[in-house]
Amino acid sequence: MALIEAKALAKSYGDNIVLEQVNTKVEKGEFITIVGTSGCGKTTFLRMLLGIEQPTRGKLLLGGNPFPDEPSPERGIVFQRYSVFPHLTVLKNVLVGLELESSPFTGRLFGSERGEAIAKAKEILNSVGLSHALNLYPHEMSGGMQQRLAIAQALIKNPKILLLDEPFGALDPGIRGDMHQLILDLWRKTGVTIFMITHDLQEGFYLGTRLWVFDKIRLDKDNPNSYGACITYDIPAGNKDNNTYHEIDDSLDESRRVLVG
Amino acid sequence: MKRLINRHPDNWLKYTLGTLPFVAVLVLYVFASDARLAENPKDKLLPSLSSIATAVDKAATEPSKRTGEYILWNDTIASISRLAMGVGAAALIGLIFGVMNGAIPLIRANLSPFITVVSLIPPLALLPVLFIVFGLGELSKVVLIAVGITPFIIRDLQNKVLELPRELIIKAQTLGASTWLLIIRVILPQVLPRLIDAVRLSLGAAWLFLIAAEAIASTDGLGYRIFLVRRYMSMDIILPYVAWITLLAFMTDYILRTISTRAFPWFHAMSK
Ligand SMILES: Nc1ncnc2c1ncn2[C@@H]1O[C@H](COP(=O)(O)OP(=O)(O)O)[C@@H](O)[C@H]1O
Ligand SMILES: [Mg+2]
Repeated sequence: MALIEAKALAKSYGDNIVLEQVNTKVEKGEFITIVGTSGCGKTTFLRMLLGIEQPTRGKLLLGGNPFPDEPSPERGIVFQRYSVFPHLTVLKNVLVGLELESSPFTGRLFGSERGEAIAKAKEILNSVGLSHALNLYPHEMSGGMQQRLAIAQALIKNPKILLLDEPFGALDPGIRGDMHQLILDLWRKTGVTIFMITHDLQEGFYLGTRLWVFDKIRLDKDNPNSYGACITYDIPAGNKDNNTYHEIDDSLDESRRVLVG
Repeated sequence: MKRLINRHPDNWLKYTLGTLPFVAVLVLYVFASDARLAENPKDKLLPSLSSIATAVDKAATEPSKRTGEYILWNDTIASISRLAMGVGAAALIGLIFGVMNGAIPLIRANLSPFITVVSLIPPLALLPVLFIVFGLGELSKVVLIAVGITPFIIRDLQNKVLELPRELIIKAQTLGASTWLLIIRVILPQVLPRLIDAVRLSLGAAWLFLIAAEAIASTDGLGYRIFLVRRYMSMDIILPYVAWITLLAFMTDYILRTISTRAFPWFHAMSK
């Protein structure tokens, strides 16, 4: 059975139809990158996977069952900003993930349990290249380091699904390459299923195993919210076919022109 | 010449400019006082600095004939402890209800309209009620301060909780936090520095309520003393008492600010 399945999924806010007729299946271990014009509903789709938005119509299934209607540890998340706790050091930002579930009253671990948790946290921080920064607060780190921390924090729970909403959007292009390598390494190592939104079509094209383009098939120039977006392209990534790249690029440009006017 | 809005004082100039108004007021006072005393040596309105110094020295270092206490220190301790108890209670209640209101929509729906209405009651109008209910002793003064500033602290903290990035609240849930753990490990530590800010903002009002309550029913305290000696037009006591209260208020604020920057460096780095 597919890990995730969407059947005629639709989402609207009042009159604003954001998504409609989203049909897809995702298997365990896929790495899906999502592109689309701004405001077309990519984040909305991710929020439904996270359980903080519910579908208006249609079905969204996780392992054959409806999605849980609130966040849980099986789905980790990294946002573009505000992903890490500003009041905790790097080590504690990761440690807190282990403490929250194992200590229902104080939310803290003590003694040897704490020692084991710290060792585990250090290991994962090492794998994202932050072992030299254990005692720094987020505000003392660069944007790239903060995102590494956010990834480590999300992975400490061994989630089945990792959701990334433009995680590298605010970073310098130079750093992005390193981050791509990091996320690919972690994905291979953990086998986690990844959904990553990006506004960089190129990034979407070579990272991961599958590229989705969210776009509106029908566009009403005067009333852009009367039709929703769906998945217009669903192609294996790593497909280095230049024609496809330009075709998608052109179609996104077209939507952008119509929507922005 | 640069525009005025682009001209910044260097450190020396900044310090001098900042000190100037204080010196100006002092000089003005001395002149006015001298002028009045030259006309009428018995004038009580603007006593000379030396007679103020004598009065302060007496209040601070000579035990009172009637009670054997050092009036200034006794008044100070009485007032500060009332203030500390009232503000402390308000901070604690404000923290608990502010966090619960901010974090839990069902509680917010239940309490928020009520607290909004309560915060509109002028606390001083309740003072007679407090005297009737709690008597004329310490309790009613402490309760007045607490009643006066708690609604503000609750509402301020509620907003501060709601202003925390939603991302952090969602993130904590993906790490497996229950409502309780989300509150004590994510929300509470992040609103503590904001609680200190709220307390600093409400201290002015707290002093107002304290002095009002002491003026009306008390046997000691800084506010009591000022209103007592008013009958004899003792400006030589009133003026230094006002200055002393101002200094205490300044020091309290300074101490709170220092505690906050020391204990929550991440907060102050963020809000820069
Ligand atoms: N909570 C909400 N209430 C109303 N409209 C919303 C809400 N969240 C998103 N939208 C609307 O849904 C559309 C898609 O938003 P979003 O999913 O954030 O786009 P994207 O991430 O693709 O840029 C936008 O038109 C946005 O205004
Ligand atoms: Mg988005």
